[in-house]
Order: sequence, then C-alpha cells, then structure tokens
Amino acid sequence: MSGYTAHFKVWRGDGQGGGLEDFKVEVNDGEVVLDIIHRLQATQVPDLAVRWNCKAGKCGSCSAEINGRPRLMCMTRMSVYDRDETITVTPLRAFPVVRDLVTDVGFNYRKAREVPSFVPPAGVGPGEYRMFQEDVDRPQEFRKCIECFLCQDTCHVVRDHEENKTAFAGPRFLMRVAELDMHPLDAAAETGLDRKKTAQDEHGLGYCNITKCCTEVCPEGIKITDNALIPLKERAVDRKYDPLVWLGSKIRRRSS
Amino acid sequence: MNNGGVRSRTRAAIDAPHLRTDRWWLAPAATAAGLLAFVVYSTWRAFANADYYAAPYVSPFYSPCLAENCETMRGGPNWEIFGSWWGISPAILILIFPLGFRLTCYYYRKAYYRGFWASPPACAVAEPHKKYTGETRFPLVLQNIHRYFFYAAILVAGILSYDTVLSFRDEHYAWGHMGLGTLVFLANIVLIWAYTISCHSCRHIVGGKLKHFSRHPVRYRMWQFVGKLNARHMLLAWASLVSVALADFYVYLVASGVFDDPRFF
Repeated sequence: MSGYTAHFKVWRGDGQGGGLEDFKVEVNDGEVVLDIIHRLQATQVPDLAVRWNCKAGKCGSCSAEINGRPRLMCMTRMSVYDRDETITVTPLRAFPVVRDLVTDVGFNYRKAREVPSFVPPAGVGPGEYRMFQEDVDRPQEFRKCIECFLCQDTCHVVRDHEENKTAFAGPRFLMRVAELDMHPLDAAAETGLDRKKTAQDEHGLGYCNITKCCTEVCPEGIKITDNALIPLKERAVDRKYDPLVWLGSKIRRRSS
Repeated sequence: MNNGGVRSRTRAAIDAPHLRTDRWWLAPAATAAGLLAFVVYSTWRAFANADYYAAPYVSPFYSPCLAENCETMRGGPNWEIFGSWWGISPAILILIFPLGFRLTCYYYRKAYYRGFWASPPACAVAEPHKKYTGETRFPLVLQNIHRYFFYAAILVAGILSYDTVLSFRDEHYAWGHMGLGTLVFLANIVLIWAYTISCHSCRHIVGGKLKHFSRHPVRYRMWQFVGKLNARHMLLAWASLVSVALADFYVYLVASGVFDDPRFF
C-alpha cells in the first residue's frame, strides 16, 4: 500500500453562511480523517477551524459528520473509504455553527445542568460508600460516555425540530437520569425527587421514539436505547401509566 | 421538507437534507416491505375464516377459537365464550392481542417509525414532518401499555404451546405420532416464546426495575437471562413473525388439500 491523493469536501463558513469547499489532499497508510484535516490545515488552509484534543477517541472533541454520518474524526480510518470516493466533512448539523467544523454545543451543557446530581445517602460519609459490583454494573456502562454529543447530534427529536430543544434533554442526559436512578446509593427518592417521574415530566423522555440512532453512532458502544432509555421508559410507566404497579406501591411500600 | 431542523438559520448552511452516500434507504425499505407483506398475508388469512384446521393442526391465527362459528377441534382450543352472535372470522377476536403486543413492541416501534413514518427514515437523514411530539400525546402515548399486551402474549403463547402438544397426535387423534407439521409447530412455538420472553417489558418486570440486584439473586439471574435474549429481540421478532405465518400457511396447505401432511410415525 502507498499514499494517494484524496478528494475532500469540507464545509467552511460561520453563522452568517458558508459552503462546501473542494480540496485535493495527500493520504498515507494508517491515517484517520482527523489526520487529513490537520494536513489541510498545515498545507492549504491554515485558518481552518477544527476542535480536537486526544486523537484517541477518548476526549469527544473531534465530532463531525463524515459523508453525512456523525462520527469522531480521530476514529474514522481513511481505509474504510474507496480511494476514488469524495469524502465530505461538515460540522455537527444539530447545533449552531461557530466556524468551519466547530459548533456551539452549549445546548448539552444547559441540559446537563437540568439533571439533579447524585444525592448522597444519609449517614454515609465520603470514602465510606460500599456497594456490590452487580448493583453498579448498569450505571458503569453509562459512565463510559465521553460526551462527544454524537447521540445528541443524530437524535431527530432535536436535529429536525429546533423547537424541541426546550423540552427534550436528549439521549445523553436521559441516560444520565437512568444512571442515577439505577445507582444503588442514590438517595434522591428519600428527598422527594422521583427521577422516574421527572424523566418523563421534565426531561422529555416521551419524545424519544426509540429509533436507536443514538446507539448506532455511539463511539463507545454504549447500548443507550436498550440499556438506558427503554428501561427508563419502563420505570416511567411504573409511575405514570400502570395502575397495578401504582396500586401495589400504595399497598406495600418496600425498597427494592 | 421543512425549513427548520438541519436547515435552521443558526446551523451550518447546507441545503441538502442529508449528505449520506451509503444505501441508507435499504433498511427502512426492506423493513416496510417485510411488514407490509405480513400485514397483507395475515389480513387475508384472518378474514378468510376457512382452512384453519386440519387434524391435528390448528392455525396459530385461530387459536384459541372463541366463537360458536369455529370449527370443532377435538381436544383442541375451542372456547366459545363469544357464543353465536359473533358472525365474522373468529381469528379477529384473538389476533388483537398478538397484534397489540407487536404494535407496541419496542423493536417494531423502531421498525415502523422508520419504515412507514420516516421519523426518521435513517440516522442523520432529515424527516419530512414539520412537527414532532413523539410518544407524549394520544394516540402514541398508549405505547406505554406494552406490558399489558406482554401479559396477554404470555397467555397466547401458553395456548399455542398446548396446540403444539396436540400436534403429537395423528389425524385420528391418537397420541404418540409426529408429522412434518409437528416440527413446524415446534419451531414456531420456540420462536414465539423466545420473542415473548425477550421483550423489554419482561426484562423490566423480572428484574430491571430493581435498584439492588444483590438483594434479589434469583431475579438478577432471570434479568441476565432475559437480557441475553433481549439483545436478539429484533432477530427474534422477525424469526417469530415468519414462523407464525409459515405455521399458518402449512395448516392452510394441508386443510385446503394441496398436499397431505407427511407423517414420520
């Protein structure tokens, strides 16, 4: 194998407008899309704006859309594309663009602040937390999240409907609610905070129609839909739509 | 196409609703075609009210048979609770339950939201609808009663298991025999149970709702088992859909005299 010249289309512009620009750029064995974007910066467009950091798929910075699919540029090998294929790189299309490949992902930080944080159990100090591994397996899967926001970007609820951004937290933060609700030591319920109910009432769980795009794009392979969103929907059903469970909870109040 | 969404004023100015270059349309098109084929076939068979019993086999579409106009199936799933006033096909009475189970199933929801409603047609492909409220309002808020259809599906699967046991008879109702139809019924009932048990609501009920697995070791084991099946829920949904149609078609072929059921012993 040897180097070759690839045809790239890269979106350039800002909030006022912009478009796709064509580039011919050298590609070498073993390179990823982010390498090519860096080569463009180094050799042709030094003012190309791109957000990146670790180049190892762990910081979640270099999220973009490559041939229309939300991906991490640093984890997308050039070898998956044909040599004569035009590769189109655009910024995330669910968020306001700042410049070139950089978007304003502030929406996600606003949504993060709306999720009440972990409530420590009463009478247990820092360093005294003890729990069984089988009880934390579920929340730990969600802790693999690197906050690249590809799931937020691809979710059609906000991607295709800007107006839903007020009501809908998005898969990443509904997963955060699930993580806390499944956490063996979270004592939110004791303080009157019912995460099962607020998932539906305040974080817009009902908007999710479980079409699994969040799971498809997750670079960490987290089963967001099957392990977080659907279990959370079932928990919300316990609280809001299942009269038998409601009745049972009134008759015998027992901690699970 | 709406002018909001990916073409909102603040987002990167790109006219195309999507830039995907792969065959993203293939999966939703194939899904829609498969589901449509089943809907057409099952509608024909459900309303046909004929050729659904050929001793010892009863079509899964007509079991249990709840009206007086059902064919008499010796030792079979006749239960005439609807009496004589029910004039149309008795299949309608029972198919509501598996239909409701599959319509509200978390996998089929994904399948038909993508395949028929294009909401979204594929990931990062803009949907054509101007407004979207998901499952927050009537009628889609009713998807939340999936677990009740799951309970009904358990009962239906139990009755289909009984039918499978009955298929170990011959055409004269003598026990200890097997035919090709018995194998068809066995394959069908295994897939029906696997699909039913792998349901997300089942996974929640057996253990997913718990906060502390360590306090419920038996339910934890059950949750793990259902979880393994649940990972193949899509596969099982399709496999059982095909198998139930094939089981019905087999009974149709035998009952209508197209061919005789090959008997093994």
